[in-house]
Amino acid sequence: MSLAQHLPALQVVIPLLAAPLTVLLRHRTLAFAVALLASWTAFAISITLWLQVDASGTISYAIGNWPPPWGIEYRVDPLSSFMLVLVSGMASVVLPYCRSSIEDEVPQQQHYLFYTMFVLCLTGLLGISITGDAFNIFVFLEISSLATYVLIALGRDRRALVASYQYLIMGTIGATFIVIGIGLLYLMTGTLNIADMGQRLAAVQGTRPVLAALAFLTVGISLKLALFPLHQWLPNAYTYAPSAVSAFLAATATKVAVYVLLRFYFSVFGQSQVFGQLPMQEAMLLLALAGMFAASATAIFQSDLKRLFAYSSVGQIGYIILGLSFDSVSGLTATILHLFNHGITKGAIFMLLGLVALVMGGTSLSRVQGLGKRMPLTSFGMVICGLSLIGVPGTAGFISKWYLLLAALEQGQWWLVFLILLSSLLAVAYVWRFVEAAYFREPRQDVDANATVPWSMGVPTALLVAATVYFGLSTGFTVGSASQAATFLMGAR
Amino acid sequence: MFTADDAILAALLVPVLGAIGIALAHRWPNLREGITLTTAVALLACVLNILPSVLAGARPTATLFSVLPGLEIAFEVEPLGMLFALVASGLWIVNSIYSIGYMRGNNEAHQTRFFVCFALALSATMGIAFSGNLFTLFLFYEVLTLITYPLVTHHGTEKARQGGRVYLGLLMGTSVVFLLPALVFIWYLTGTTDFTAGGILADKLSPAGLMGLLALCMFGIGKAALMPFHKWLPAAMVAPTPVSALLHAVAVVKAGVFSVVKVIVYIFGLDTLGVNGTTDWLILLAGFTIVSASVVALGADNLKRRLAYSTISQLSYVVMAAALLAPLSVVGATLHIAAHALGKITLFFAAGAIYTAAHKTEVSQLDGIGRRMPWTMGAFAIGALSMIGLPPAAGFVSKWYMLSGAMASEQWLAVGVIALSTLLNAGYFLPIIYRAFFVTPAHDEHDHPHGEAPLPMVIALTATAAGTVLLFFVPDVPLALAKQMLGLGG
Repeated sequence: MSLAQHLPALQVVIPLLAAPLTVLLRHRTLAFAVALLASWTAFAISITLWLQVDASGTISYAIGNWPPPWGIEYRVDPLSSFMLVLVSGMASVVLPYCRSSIEDEVPQQQHYLFYTMFVLCLTGLLGISITGDAFNIFVFLEISSLATYVLIALGRDRRALVASYQYLIMGTIGATFIVIGIGLLYLMTGTLNIADMGQRLAAVQGTRPVLAALAFLTVGISLKLALFPLHQWLPNAYTYAPSAVSAFLAATATKVAVYVLLRFYFSVFGQSQVFGQLPMQEAMLLLALAGMFAASATAIFQSDLKRLFAYSSVGQIGYIILGLSFDSVSGLTATILHLFNHGITKGAIFMLLGLVALVMGGTSLSRVQGLGKRMPLTSFGMVICGLSLIGVPGTAGFISKWYLLLAALEQGQWWLVFLILLSSLLAVAYVWRFVEAAYFREPRQDVDANATVPWSMGVPTALLVAATVYFGLSTGFTVGSASQAATFLMGAR
Repeated sequence: MFTADDAILAALLVPVLGAIGIALAHRWPNLREGITLTTAVALLACVLNILPSVLAGARPTATLFSVLPGLEIAFEVEPLGMLFALVASGLWIVNSIYSIGYMRGNNEAHQTRFFVCFALALSATMGIAFSGNLFTLFLFYEVLTLITYPLVTHHGTEKARQGGRVYLGLLMGTSVVFLLPALVFIWYLTGTTDFTAGGILADKLSPAGLMGLLALCMFGIGKAALMPFHKWLPAAMVAPTPVSALLHAVAVVKAGVFSVVKVIVYIFGLDTLGVNGTTDWLILLAGFTIVSASVVALGADNLKRRLAYSTISQLSYVVMAAALLAPLSVVGATLHIAAHALGKITLFFAAGAIYTAAHKTEVSQLDGIGRRMPWTMGAFAIGALSMIGLPPAAGFVSKWYMLSGAMASEQWLAVGVIALSTLLNAGYFLPIIYRAFFVTPAHDEHDHPHGEAPLPMVIALTATAAGTVLLFFVPDVPLALAKQMLGLGG
């Protein structure tokens, strides 16, 4: 067998092996090199896989040659290949940025361990996206979560420990719920392979254990994806984690959790069961709307930019879930599109905030006064990403909002159209908090901004800001992949 | 070979390149201003390059790329856009001369940022004028809002910030909440948003649906300042006067009414709207805006505020004329875009000249100022005549067509509104002229001797006043364009 056939396995194995290697090397530069190499290789593999899936359809790979449903199957379909590209792509952009960013945010002797945790987190997220086995999803979820707890705790502020602990508790509850859900499904079907499970569930559709499994999984995954009101862990985690970690997590972790939800809803239960037998549609709709308004409104009143944009994330997750609740191809397209578009936008924002933290020594609104003069490019980047959060045409955020509106219009729900748009006005309000601080206030004299932005941080950040605009104008890849994935999911059962 | 198609893209690019040049030359103010003027002339040259082929009936096009299927960033120059581009780019030259005098005369800060944003705003205006579909128009419409925000808040004071919030909140809020769903809905219904002669919505919607969609579009285009979303215009008066002059008398507000006419003519289609009185409410609302804004202007003592409310009222003339759906009134609407632009920019220029030379902002302070600033107040008088709609000023021609259209379609309400507002216009402009020339100033010890404003400003306002008169005697080009748009023949 040639190497090319093993790409699905290598996608996960390479970052997995890189993790112990970084520990053995015990040297921050070497560890960085290994991590960078691993994530770039993973990115190359995921692009190759995406191209293969795009050309010839779903790839099924049997780990250890044990045929599914007995062995563990890796399954690359239109949705998972898209997620792989997002996750490994973000890791590839964020990693070069890490090196200088953690310089004064993480104690030096822990740098090599930072990379260990980073690649482990990447492994977990990639594993979740690629595996076709329900229990395996749980395993990878735990790998990524545990690595995430450590990464957050590495933050320089002591409150990072509390934030990490809070996330640990909430995350563990979520994981427990998920494993109970999977256990119930195993009980009813006798299989863990997702495709197999989906087929066998048809026979026991609507039975109480299956509905209980659906409920457990929904709550558990909603905790991980920070669906309002289960989002309490997120603002603290994003605020106190090192900047590079916030950027990577904001772009990928909650997004992969949404992927898990989609996977269980559409590939395991099937939408007729999810939306037919339980009022999931109404529940999701209400929670999404509540998140869109409550979290965005909370964001307006934050005094720290990292926290402000963390709340904005909770609001944006509302849009993602709203798309799901439409139970239509264009709604699902909007969901998957927004996963990607919001991922890169929010990633870019947290990377920009990392630059701000480096130069200005913090990200509170009072510190960034006069940022427009001191860091003109960074401020401009923030404005562009802010416009993408609002959904101004010409930015990535506009495209996902377009599909969300289209999905609402298809169902003739004009009131939702207006609610979606009204909530984007809240985004205008919180983005303008930054604009007014940065451009209308004189720089504070007591904040000395002598540090300069190193290239290794500036270039990846600029790249991601540019991507925010690029994917707002050229939508071939994003809309193409998202609509293909949505059609695939809706037709799966 | 430099074709009309290339000229479209050049018209978009030239101001952007100019902006880069201006930013690079920030240390040498003379060179910087030189670049502004060169860019403005080059832009007009690009626009004039397109004119002959449009007058000959051609429709130059340029497509950049497709964002989604049926959703392209594309340009197509039709007569209305041609006219708008001509007005905006032509007046930019005059305005640049004026700006140089104003910014230097008042020692304004951040002059480089000012000229950079100005150039970019013109690029966005060209994008709106030449847009080939509603999506492209929407894109540049939003860009124009954002790029003019730093101009409105130029002074950076608390008052400027408040004004900026209202400006951005209303313009962006209305466009996002009303125009965007309209855009998505149109695309959903027809699979396109192209501006097409005769409209694209025939037989797609029930009369009630049409009316709803029209309401979304009309309120969504906040730049047309239709009540109740007009407050941004007076709020924007915190900006330096050249901004009020070019942007809030010409580019931005005309982008608003231009979009209104464009949507009514090319998206809905006059014939599609012509059944069941779909636009009756719009005539009423525009009429109400015309009259009530005039009443507010009557009571405003601050000169720029008075001019702002006059603009709100004049913009609704265009909206009402378009809503009448009579070909003659639409010709009037088109002409009014040009006529009001020339007249109102003259008035703002004069207000800025008075502020620079005499530091006066209120109408009640203007006693006898015409003797010290005869050129300025002479130009002001011509601009005022145009607003009232008296010969020999351009406003007369457009009002004539609007009235003819209203009478021909027997819309007596509209006729009444036009007549009433003419009286009101006279009521708030003539006293200013009377004060300036015939009232002896009371002795005031704060007063200081002054003459005319700096020469560049006087040249600029004389030029636009002359243009206002000229357009009365030779309205050929705008008229030809307006008639061609409706297929009425030269």
